[in-house]
Amino acid sequence: MMEDKKALELYFHIPFCVRKCLYCDFLSGPYGDADREAYMKALFVEARERAADCSDYRITSIFIGGGTPSVAEESAISKLMDIIRECYYTDSDMEVTIEVNPGTVNADKLRAYRAAGINRLSIGLQSANNRELQTLGRIHTYDDFLETYSMAREEGFTNINVDIMSALPGQTMESYTDTLEKVLELSPEHISAYSLIVEEGTPFFGQYGQGSDLLPDEDTEREMYKQTAEILASKGYKRYEISNYATEGMECRHNTGYWNRTAYLGLGIGAASMMNNCRFTNGPDFRAYISNPLGQRGEVTELSLQEQMEETMYLGLRMTAGVPAEDFRRIFGRDMEQVYGEVIRWGIGEGLLQYKEISGMVGRSLALTDRGLDVSNYVMARFLF
Amino acid sequence: MERNYQSKIRNFCIVAHIDHGKSTLADRIIEKTGLLTSREMQAQVLDNMELERERGITIKAQSVRTVYKAQDGEEYIFNLIDTPGHVDFNYEVSRSLAACDGAILVVDAAQGIEAQTLANVYLALDHDLDVFPVINKIDLPSADPDRVKDEIEDVIGLEAQDAPLISAKNGIGIEDVLEQIVQKIPAPEGNPENPLQALIFDSIYDSYKGVIIFCRIMEGTVKKGTTIKMMATGAKQEVVEVGYFGAGQFIPCEELSAGMVGYITASIKNVKDTAVGDTVTDANRPCSEPLPGYKKVQSMVYCGMYPADGAKYPDLRDALEKLQLNDASLQYEPETSIALGFGFRCGFLGLLHLEIIQERLEREYNLDLVTTAPGVIYKVFKTNGEVIELTNPSNLPDPSEIEHMEEPIVSAEIMVTSEFIGSIMELCQERRGRYLGMEYIEGSRALIKYELPLNEIIYDFFDALKSRSRGYASFDYDIKGYETSSLVKLDILINREEVDALSFIVHADSAYERGRKMCEKLKDEIPRHLFEIPIQAAVGGKIIARETVKAMRKDVLAKCYGGDITRKKKLLEKQKEGKKRMRQVGNVEIPQKAFMSVLKLDDGR
Repeated sequence: MMEDKKALELYFHIPFCVRKCLYCDFLSGPYGDADREAYMKALFVEARERAADCSDYRITSIFIGGGTPSVAEESAISKLMDIIRECYYTDSDMEVTIEVNPGTVNADKLRAYRAAGINRLSIGLQSANNRELQTLGRIHTYDDFLETYSMAREEGFTNINVDIMSALPGQTMESYTDTLEKVLELSPEHISAYSLIVEEGTPFFGQYGQGSDLLPDEDTEREMYKQTAEILASKGYKRYEISNYATEGMECRHNTGYWNRTAYLGLGIGAASMMNNCRFTNGPDFRAYISNPLGQRGEVTELSLQEQMEETMYLGLRMTAGVPAEDFRRIFGRDMEQVYGEVIRWGIGEGLLQYKEISGMVGRSLALTDRGLDVSNYVMARFLF
Repeated sequence: MERNYQSKIRNFCIVAHIDHGKSTLADRIIEKTGLLTSREMQAQVLDNMELERERGITIKAQSVRTVYKAQDGEEYIFNLIDTPGHVDFNYEVSRSLAACDGAILVVDAAQGIEAQTLANVYLALDHDLDVFPVINKIDLPSADPDRVKDEIEDVIGLEAQDAPLISAKNGIGIEDVLEQIVQKIPAPEGNPENPLQALIFDSIYDSYKGVIIFCRIMEGTVKKGTTIKMMATGAKQEVVEVGYFGAGQFIPCEELSAGMVGYITASIKNVKDTAVGDTVTDANRPCSEPLPGYKKVQSMVYCGMYPADGAKYPDLRDALEKLQLNDASLQYEPETSIALGFGFRCGFLGLLHLEIIQERLEREYNLDLVTTAPGVIYKVFKTNGEVIELTNPSNLPDPSEIEHMEEPIVSAEIMVTSEFIGSIMELCQERRGRYLGMEYIEGSRALIKYELPLNEIIYDFFDALKSRSRGYASFDYDIKGYETSSLVKLDILINREEVDALSFIVHADSAYERGRKMCEKLKDEIPRHLFEIPIQAAVGGKIIARETVKAMRKDVLAKCYGGDITRKKKLLEKQKEGKKRMRQVGNVEIPQKAFMSVLKLDDGR
């Protein structure tokens, strides 16, 4: 029975945080006890009710993101997991991740997560340099992170991701490699290394939006980016996606699902979904969601065959394994070469694309080269019709 | 018809500086003299005018006939011929004036006389029109009608003490204007029995009726069945209909006789056959000579127009053909650019005319255009004695074959308050102006006279003038003639390849400065590529400026959070859209707007 069901990933958006970081443009903010409780209740309602749409699916992964989901009561997280197991078909080995930030968890909380079936932690470190953490408006120090990390290990978490950032204001090559080395000493299974994007609407935009001497220059920024790949590779971390690195077999299954177009259902405010080649997103209004959690879904957009092909390419190319030609043919009944021959020839000619043999896969796969990864948007845009 | 019908006709126009209220006064005159109730009339007139504005016929002369019952108890026919006020259309304006017997001069009660006030009133006086002044906007707090009256008398020499004080906007004093039209504008003359002699002051193309000729009958009579002949173009046709201009509509009538203003249709296919200024006569009983003043309209400003999407070339050709049906002053011929492909070199009366045509092509014909920098006609005297009229910089012969070159010069008059005299003179010097003199007008204002090369004023002179005088300076010019000048062709090389569409002719002294600015501008306009792109400016093969577009190093969206891919998609679509608006030159993609960037070199000044 279970084998007949299609894979589905669940995403829960928990918009709480202690304080908004200065660069953050996600849907999050500090909320009082009553608001948090009301929101979690609404999320329970949505989780229960949406299950009816998912009877043909089995859950392969869950991601509880935010915000800082660890700001929520651990009992609420446990309850959410109970509801999922009660109302959805779940794989026995599903990957369940929660995002936590140092300073918002203790041993009891982590123990409760484990008991609830959460088997992966994503910890937001961003930098091992306290001055840089302060610049970012983070609420924690590097020591706070170390404490959280070792607590997580003690509580038995064997799959941990650490988020770090490059191109920060005031960051130097030395301070960045120092962060990388300090993280590597801890041997996490997974590292997400993002380059800061100064987003409009954040306090950072006012400060750095028009360019600033404090931001690393283009050369330094590129060097940081290169060093990330080199240093992590030397320690056995493989870059499997533009900004993600993992030890053998520890790639984030949930994240990978977004890029190879596994179906996913997002619950909570602002959460995006893709099911049956339709995309839809919940509205961002916190109050509206609390009063009517089922009424916030926006317009459902059905993807045309062309749009599905476009997505297959520009999402799939984020993975270093690329897009397997055989998968494309199986899904669309046409060869990738037939549809995208011209773009592929151009990309290969420019040294931006390559065909790869991937062990364990039939046939070859179209992937970005290292140079192609650097300018991925430039390449991906050509795959749009 | 009664022989004295002419005493009840008044043919006149309104002249004014821009924004002094010419169109508003015209609307009020139509409204107050309407045979319909004012409400019906207003709705009708305004609707039609709006439609015309939408169609972009603002450059066309408009004409309307109304009937006014004067205080003497008699009914008078008013033919109001409204003309465009812009210097680009000076010739059309002069033909419209020739169709009138008098003019109303509108002067703003606060601003007083401006450069175009003078230019237009002198034009009217040159045509022997009887002019009477009207002082408008008297309800403005800053209105000073007594000062303006004195100004009109001192500067123009027109009697102004009994000038109507009006507010066209609020309908104040309009009766007074109507009475003065009857009293001060002379009735037309001419003999309806004489051979036909009519002046074409405009013509439009109608897809059902063919060309509709707007004319003033000077001598004789025209009616349905008359075989008419255009004396300059030689075109002959039988008249299908004659009539006069209602409020926004054509009203047929039996005949048009000497002194009347109206229209003629005769199944003419192209407005080119009915050139403005030409004389219409009876082919079977022609007048002895045409009316004076006809001249062939000459384009002053040229530019290349290319469809953004090369496949739309036939659409652009069709659109230009259709526009020309209605606008004989638009000229075009096919040309090919290495950078831009197939397009047209188009000639215009001036920059405003260019902008109007460009706007109409884009709005009415839904075309996306790439326009190259506008230029003027240079005369190239070759060593072998040949003289070329150069409209496209790419066709400039090798410097070794050039004996000398000449460029068109204008006489300009700039009216400005005294505090800005310094900065305006500085601007004119920068633009290679030759100072001719200055006259003070009632102490605080001056009329500055300069000779300027036309190519220095076609881009942005007017904007610069406004910004350096906080909007107060006004400007008018006339083409004076050609003068020898030290001119060079500035070439732009992108990735070492010359881009023909970016070349332009410039005075040798400003070549370095313009080249440098051009390179800087292009550096900002051209997106990064996978490789480094040198941008160079060259004169006669010698590089005079250089900038570099650095190679693209990074173009990544690092994060794509929570499966929300909409932002990523938008970003990629934006890139794709951007790419569509690019022109491939060698292996470099140049955004279309870069080709227009030469126009804006003075942004930072």
